[in-house]
Amino acid sequence: MTMVLETIGLTKQFGGIVASNNVSLQIAKGARHALIGPNGAGKTTLINLLTGVLRPTGGRILLDGEDIGNLPPHKRVRLGIVRTFQINQLFGDLTPLETIGLAVSERRGQGLDWWRIVGSRPDLVTEAVEILERFHLTDVIDERTAVLPYGKQRLLEIAVAIACRPRVLLLDEPAAGVPEDERHEILAAVAALPDDVSVLLIEHDMDIVFSFADRISVLVNGALFVEGSPEEVASDARVKAVYLGEEAVDA
Amino acid sequence: MLTILFDGIAYGMLLFVLASGLAVTLGLMNFVNLAHGAFAMAGGYVTVVLVNKAGVPFLACLPLAFLASAILGIIMERTLYVHVYKKPHLDQVLFTIGLVFMAVAAVDYVMGSSPVFARIPDALQGRFEVFGIGVGRYRLLIIAICGLLTVGLQFILTRTRFGSRLRAAVDDRRVASGLGINVNRIFAFTFAFGSGLAGLGGALGVEILGLDPSFPLKFMIYFLIVVTVGGTSSITGPFLASLLLGIGDVAGKYYVPTLGSFVIYTIMIVVLIWRPQGLFSRAASR
Amino acid sequence: MAPPPFAVRAATEWLSARARWHPLEIAFWLAAFAAIYLLPEQHLILTEIAWLGLFALSLDLILGYAGIISLGHAAFFGFGAYTAALLAKHEIINEPVLALLVSGFAAMALGFVTSFLVLRGSDLTRLMVTLGVALLLRELANRYGWLTGGADGLQGVTIKPVLGMFRFDMFGHTGYIYCLSVLFILFLVARRLVNSPFGLSLLSVKGNPLRASAIGISVDARLVAIYTVAAGYAGIAGALLAQTTAFASLEVFSFDRSADLLLVLIIGGAGYLYGGLIGAVIFKLMQDYLSALTPQYWPFWIGLMLVVIVLVGRDRITSWTAPIRRLAARLDWRAAARRVAAASAERHRP
Repeated sequence: MTMVLETIGLTKQFGGIVASNNVSLQIAKGARHALIGPNGAGKTTLINLLTGVLRPTGGRILLDGEDIGNLPPHKRVRLGIVRTFQINQLFGDLTPLETIGLAVSERRGQGLDWWRIVGSRPDLVTEAVEILERFHLTDVIDERTAVLPYGKQRLLEIAVAIACRPRVLLLDEPAAGVPEDERHEILAAVAALPDDVSVLLIEHDMDIVFSFADRISVLVNGALFVEGSPEEVASDARVKAVYLGEEAVDA
Repeated sequence: MLTILFDGIAYGMLLFVLASGLAVTLGLMNFVNLAHGAFAMAGGYVTVVLVNKAGVPFLACLPLAFLASAILGIIMERTLYVHVYKKPHLDQVLFTIGLVFMAVAAVDYVMGSSPVFARIPDALQGRFEVFGIGVGRYRLLIIAICGLLTVGLQFILTRTRFGSRLRAAVDDRRVASGLGINVNRIFAFTFAFGSGLAGLGGALGVEILGLDPSFPLKFMIYFLIVVTVGGTSSITGPFLASLLLGIGDVAGKYYVPTLGSFVIYTIMIVVLIWRPQGLFSRAASR
Repeated sequence: MAPPPFAVRAATEWLSARARWHPLEIAFWLAAFAAIYLLPEQHLILTEIAWLGLFALSLDLILGYAGIISLGHAAFFGFGAYTAALLAKHEIINEPVLALLVSGFAAMALGFVTSFLVLRGSDLTRLMVTLGVALLLRELANRYGWLTGGADGLQGVTIKPVLGMFRFDMFGHTGYIYCLSVLFILFLVARRLVNSPFGLSLLSVKGNPLRASAIGISVDARLVAIYTVAAGYAGIAGALLAQTTAFASLEVFSFDRSADLLLVLIIGGAGYLYGGLIGAVIFKLMQDYLSALTPQYWPFWIGLMLVVIVLVGRDRITSWTAPIRRLAARLDWRAAARRVAAASAERHRP
């Protein structure tokens, strides 16, 4: 089993607070890997470290064996590490079509084209529409993102990430804040992710975690606590203790 | 050379008194008040009119200048500024630039555009020698007054309840107001006080900086430098920045007269590149 | 699974909607060029409107499209003005158009070098830094009076005929045609730029720089690029001023110029390219009128306008133009026809 993304002893300190404590995580190629843990465990910090938004105080990050620790965020995206945000980070004034179109255009290296009119490349438009169809966003394709219902925005958040053709996709609580009647669309989208994309999913909802993941890592106080298959983690007494008071962990 | 240092310190402390109000305004409300110099100008002109036309003794004019600017500050704040707090920075910039232009033109119309002077008492004129340093009497007074003010400000900030409320509100406005601190009232009072200080500085500065209707525009950049280099999370930051600026400007103009203010702008740009949040402030979370 | 062709066509229409030439735009430029023949007595003020419009257009590129607040855009304007004036005075380049290009490139170089200053820091830092650069240049121009003419300005500049053929006259005829042509060409280029993928990426950077970098955009590189281009445009505007007045003085760098420019752009509205041009027309006409009334106290009115505009609210002011935009939308029958076609295509989807 080849590792596509790996961290070795990754640590992040803010003054006296240790947000990430010597985390050594391996994500296998094609994985459906979930990262769970109580609030404040450092899950989003880890994502920020992996994507380059934060610089680690110690440790290394390897993508296909190459150290990417010194690369700025946009370069890591170009290498295939793409994330979604826990709170939607979208372009409020752009339409979904423009947003996806932009992502595709950037991925194809045509982002610096200052002469051609947007929309004049049929293959790019086709790809953008195809992605939007896949995520059931065609009914809002030409509306301002800021006025879309939250569920649609969340779908767009994932669609933008997919438009970047990631090798490793870091999903930060994709279903967070989404109303009940719109959740199934999100879950279906997550379940339908291509097989060649390796996914690291951060979630609180255990139903999603157990239906999705083939491997689970538990993060507590910034450190890796327990790792294993869903069955192993579900039956681990320590995990149950950590989650005492939260949803019961069902196998 | 020490005379230059002395003059530079006087200049710096004057700048500090002038700019301190701006520092607190910016730190507290995240509000960019480019019209701050107008309050200083008000204090200066009040002093000039009182001394020249009404024969009021110079020293008595100082508290009057403070009061006049403070009152002007309260009026402006409650009627105009309060509408602009929640607007984006660009709007605040445009608004205060507009106010400056109006103030400059209005003063030009009323008082004329030539520089004005205030007669300072004979006792304060001239210099005397101390250990070979030429100590200007007026500058000594400035250092004394400004020094007392600085100590007073620091005392208020660190030892009084008002001060701790102010520091809490500057640090995190939402949390402070959640604690029951009336941030708006604190701000109104602080704005008035800061404007008053600016007025006092303007009055003191007539002799040293000169006064004409374009004062707010000429010195706007200095106040901004003090505030951005010194940061807004303490008194000591702007204080040190003012001293640095004052000494730098005086020394620069003396030793390298061909370059003059050039030095100041370069220092500012260099500092801002190196540390965008200011030399002395804690790392800004904004 | 490939999407159906009509869906792709509809999508193409929507994406390129921004870039289509609107009838009002064509009317605007027709009017501007018609003024060459129809308003010969106004050519002097029209010349000023033309280069001021270009200057405001350059600010729109960084403020309206990239979100950079600058209080010192006059730095590039002044740099271009002095370059053009000096090139003419010392007869280094005698042909105005060539000198214009060189001045533009000089300003671009300055823009590139200073662009790194506006990348980091908050809005306030950017204000400070841009203001500082402009004041710095003014100081330098003041100190090096032997080169720049100092406070009196650069005297003895004569501008040779454009392309060797069109002499500058004192009625502004040549000046207006010259400035309008330059403005139009640069406008066309800017129009392509903002409607391109690069332009869209600028909007994304302005809207959400975090998200922009998360889709692989190098925010810094894009900002440097547009800042450099905008500086070049501002420099050309300054060069046009110098060439049409055969003069350059310190006040091209002044804070007043940068502040006036902000007002010009705000009057017209930022972010759609025409704001600077419309603002320039309104501003110049107002300045002409009010200066006749109260010559010395013109800054008071500028200040009042700024205060009022901010208090009323910039978006509310643009909403006053909503009836015009609605009328314009109804006039655009071609766009309406396309929308109908696209909508019926959508309805026929399985």
